[in-house]
Amino acid sequence: MLIDRKSRFLTREEMIGFAILAVVIFLVLPLALDTFRLNLFGKYLTYAFVAVGLVLCWGAGGILSLGQGVFFGLGGYGMAMFLKLEASTPEATAIQSTPGIPDFMDWNQLTALPWWWEPFHSLAFTMIAVVIVPVAVAFIIGVAMFRRRVGGVYFAIITQALAAILTILIIGQQGFTGGLNGITDLRTLKGWDIRSDEAKEILYFVNGALLFACLFVAQYVRRSKLGRLLIAMRDQEDRVRFSGYDVASFKVFVFCLGAAFAGIGGAMFTLQVGFMSPTLVGIVPSIEMVIFAAVGGRLSIIGAVYGTLLVNWAKTTFSESFPELWLFGLGALFIAVVMAFPNGLAGLWSEQIMPRLRKRTGGGNGAPASPAPVAGLSEVRKAAAE
Amino acid sequence: MFADYSMGELTAIFAMQGFAGLILFSIFVLMALGLAIIFGQMGVINMAHGEFLILGAYVTYITSHVFQDVMPGLFSIYFFVAMILAFIASGALGMFVEWALIRHLYKRPLDTLLATWGLSLILQQAYRSIFGAREVGVTIPDWMMGSVYLTDMIEVPINGLFVMGLTVIIFAAVGALMFRSTWGRSMRAVVQNRTMAEGVGIDSEKIDRLTFGLGCGIAGVAGSAFTMIGSTGPTAGQQYIVDTFLVVVFGGAGSLLGLVASAFSISQAQSILEFFLSGSMAKVLTLLAVVGILMLRPQGLFTLKLRK
Amino acid sequence: MTDFTKPRQPAGPSRRAVLAGGAALTASLFTPKGLRAQDFPTAAVNTTGLAVTDDTVTVGILHSVTGTMAISETGSVQAEKLAIEQINAQGGVLGRKIQFIQEDGASDWPTFAEKARKLLVNDKVASVMGCWTSASRKAVLPVFEQYNGMLYYPTQYEGLEQSPNVIYTGQEATQQIIAGLDWVSRDKGAETFYLIGSDYIWPRTSHKIARKHIENFLGKKVVGEEYYPLGHTQFNSVINKIKLKKPDVIYAIIVGGSNVAFFKQLKAAGIEMTEEKPIVLSISTSEDEILGVGGENANGMFFSAKYFQTLDNPINQKFVSDFKAMWGPESVVGEVTHNAYIGPWLWKLAVEKAGSFDIDKVRAASPGLELDTPAGMVRIHENHHLWSTTRVGRARDDGQFDVVFETADLVEPDPFPDGYQ
Repeated sequence: MLIDRKSRFLTREEMIGFAILAVVIFLVLPLALDTFRLNLFGKYLTYAFVAVGLVLCWGAGGILSLGQGVFFGLGGYGMAMFLKLEASTPEATAIQSTPGIPDFMDWNQLTALPWWWEPFHSLAFTMIAVVIVPVAVAFIIGVAMFRRRVGGVYFAIITQALAAILTILIIGQQGFTGGLNGITDLRTLKGWDIRSDEAKEILYFVNGALLFACLFVAQYVRRSKLGRLLIAMRDQEDRVRFSGYDVASFKVFVFCLGAAFAGIGGAMFTLQVGFMSPTLVGIVPSIEMVIFAAVGGRLSIIGAVYGTLLVNWAKTTFSESFPELWLFGLGALFIAVVMAFPNGLAGLWSEQIMPRLRKRTGGGNGAPASPAPVAGLSEVRKAAAE
Repeated sequence: MFADYSMGELTAIFAMQGFAGLILFSIFVLMALGLAIIFGQMGVINMAHGEFLILGAYVTYITSHVFQDVMPGLFSIYFFVAMILAFIASGALGMFVEWALIRHLYKRPLDTLLATWGLSLILQQAYRSIFGAREVGVTIPDWMMGSVYLTDMIEVPINGLFVMGLTVIIFAAVGALMFRSTWGRSMRAVVQNRTMAEGVGIDSEKIDRLTFGLGCGIAGVAGSAFTMIGSTGPTAGQQYIVDTFLVVVFGGAGSLLGLVASAFSISQAQSILEFFLSGSMAKVLTLLAVVGILMLRPQGLFTLKLRK
Repeated sequence: MTDFTKPRQPAGPSRRAVLAGGAALTASLFTPKGLRAQDFPTAAVNTTGLAVTDDTVTVGILHSVTGTMAISETGSVQAEKLAIEQINAQGGVLGRKIQFIQEDGASDWPTFAEKARKLLVNDKVASVMGCWTSASRKAVLPVFEQYNGMLYYPTQYEGLEQSPNVIYTGQEATQQIIAGLDWVSRDKGAETFYLIGSDYIWPRTSHKIARKHIENFLGKKVVGEEYYPLGHTQFNSVINKIKLKKPDVIYAIIVGGSNVAFFKQLKAAGIEMTEEKPIVLSISTSEDEILGVGGENANGMFFSAKYFQTLDNPINQKFVSDFKAMWGPESVVGEVTHNAYIGPWLWKLAVEKAGSFDIDKVRAASPGLELDTPAGMVRIHENHHLWSTTRVGRARDDGQFDVVFETADLVEPDPFPDGYQ
């Protein structure tokens, strides 16, 4: 019974894929890295939340959002507001003209906490807001766009404009948001010092566990009827519509789901990095997150995680030794992943490595048509040629 | 705020503010025209548009130095030479990019977006490696700076008039090219039905390449003109990109008329708001209004009805 | 170098003695002390596991060399490398050669925090020269406080901060602003001021201080206050407003590429800064920025700061010529570049006074240190900012400044000014 259900949720190969990823995240990385590097990888993994959401929206649904930074930022700022309020006790801010409000508000002559900051005194509210606010924004955008059958490039540009607007708004309203500096100097979560090495390690594992939760949700959606409909919509939207399905609602749902993932990622980013900044909201990070998903393979949720880790690790390594060359490398990566490897890492795995492994282990072990972690090449080609 | 001023002064100020709005309008049109051609006619989103602009600015910078060193006597007219060179440089680079990248991706518009973003990163770093990370100062001939007096009190900056004139000329030229020339007819034919167009003997690949080159070339000219009003540095192109895309999307793809309408409404809104509010708030309100309208009317102000 | 004549005291010992009350503490650049490493055993000078060996010590350089801020931060990197090379040529610090690890903040604040942590935790650097924007400093500050590092921060900034782990080698807002405003109101008889700035914390806080000073202390009038997003390139509307208000002084704190647009459009709109009025007084447009703006467009502007490339003293002349020898004859030195240059020197001074690289001892040794810099003498205050001279310069068409005013005494840094909050 149990086995039966599992086999529907995860194929054998997918199970191996999840297991390997779990080993990498929960065993290999923590054992191999010191706290500093582990914290870095924890930061990268927060981007993976966004990349997984993008795989659902873009790879499966054909909706490319260039504004995922908005949702990441909303989640991150939500958490940052809570932590900042906790750090701004009247005692800690006694030198200000108005003690008890965040320092940047005092610098901007605010004399009272804005009303919409008040609920963020509550951790429970914050944890809900971190998910609900991005979802609500995504819902509004999604309904407005998808009901009017806006898609493709238009959708991409409008979401990009939203990312730009939110950045300008955050920077311009610095009395309420911290402006260009962001919300900095976050110290404790309910009295627990998030800056200590121990806290960083715990947060890394919490982050990993949440990521896996999101991966399972994503996997469930892909395996469900909804997932199959999404792919059908991506390839032949009109036929699905003519078959009587409400295409727009499906799209809104998957877009909201991606936003929820991004919001959780943003909140975990704030916790692990210790501040939130408008540089994570704008156009550039939003597009970079798309490339993480693309490098991993736009159809593979596990590939998205590897893609995120690989690109960020490369960024850190190369920008330490060759900062000037790094941008050439990143640019070339964008082009290469589009021109030469539309399936990304997951494609390499399923097209190059798996067949060879199978050949070596005797081949044809009774899994002829099983979809690998990625769907087959033909599917991507079709997707690419939408 | 107007209590202390005479009627005459107020009229003068509002007249000048009207000109400021018109100048902004011209800048938007110039900025977005190249992108609108490429997006509207080819469905390609060129995220490296800002970098093509800046290429034009750097060409202008180099030309000014060459004139200063080799033929200082002709310095006052170097700008016209620079604009032509900027057109050629950006256009040639555009055609090369079309050949190397874009033509493989016509069926995947979202992927062109990523590829051209990668291209923009490479170009930025190339500018930084070649010209240095700092901004370069482009010397403008004296006659192009300063202002002219229309009446005693109304003065208009010459560079603004220059940009306005340039916009009119380029816009007219593009219009003539698209609607009066053989090439324009071929281009529109390819947009409407590629297979049919090929069937009647149009070399659609060549048309694609020329269209992309033209769009990029116009960006180069715009970049050249913008050295009069803005900065020239490796990342300066990025600051134009958001405005540019909004103008194009707001106007509705494929419609030059839409481009004009959208550039006009955005520029007037922004310039009027700037006069009464702080610059940051004006920008935010304008952008919000644009996105709000796009939510209600996502296809933009004007759209061509095309078959899928 | 300057053709402007004004009463100026030579930067000699007499003045130093007057100001400091004791020349013994004052150090000068370019005079080797000849300390030998063997006199300072590594175990004794480094008790906290910093990257110090018997003949080297490692420091970090943390600036943006890519992204939008690379435009501004390049000069600082160059100046810091020059200072380190010169210090090494003199025998280093406590007889140890300085090695540096350079990291790229990539104009991205989280990256700054990440790299700061790397420098402190992985590389164990003995000090860090770095950051430029307030945002990047705010991002790395908790890291420096948590891991007890020492940051030498070069930019003039908004104040409202005083960290035990930062030495602020630039001026805080009151130092830079008040003397300039006093001068313009006294010598130029300015009555009305129009404040314009880029939209972030430094211009906003600085304008707040300027407004309080103009209205409450000078009894003059502010007729407008405007902010534009960073990277904004259209200033025609605000220029029209300025024409409407006809202020005596346009007080500008515009940063980055917007400077180019602002000054070019100001000139195109027929506002001639070479005339008597209006006066354009800036605290953000140094020689570095004019390089992009073009000397002919900035001609006649006033800039209030502590350093100008044209300052006529032997230390500055050597600094400028060495800088050009290292980075090319075309290069210019602005305020922040100079501040970045004195960072390694101040650190060397503190280490040698403390006889140790340990951060706590360096911190304890820092207050009261005096150094003859290209901008004249500076002294480290208890609050980790510098006592320094404030000057006003007027831009020439070659992009350099003529100094038209300088304070008689060193101006005390006051990052939390009373009456300006």
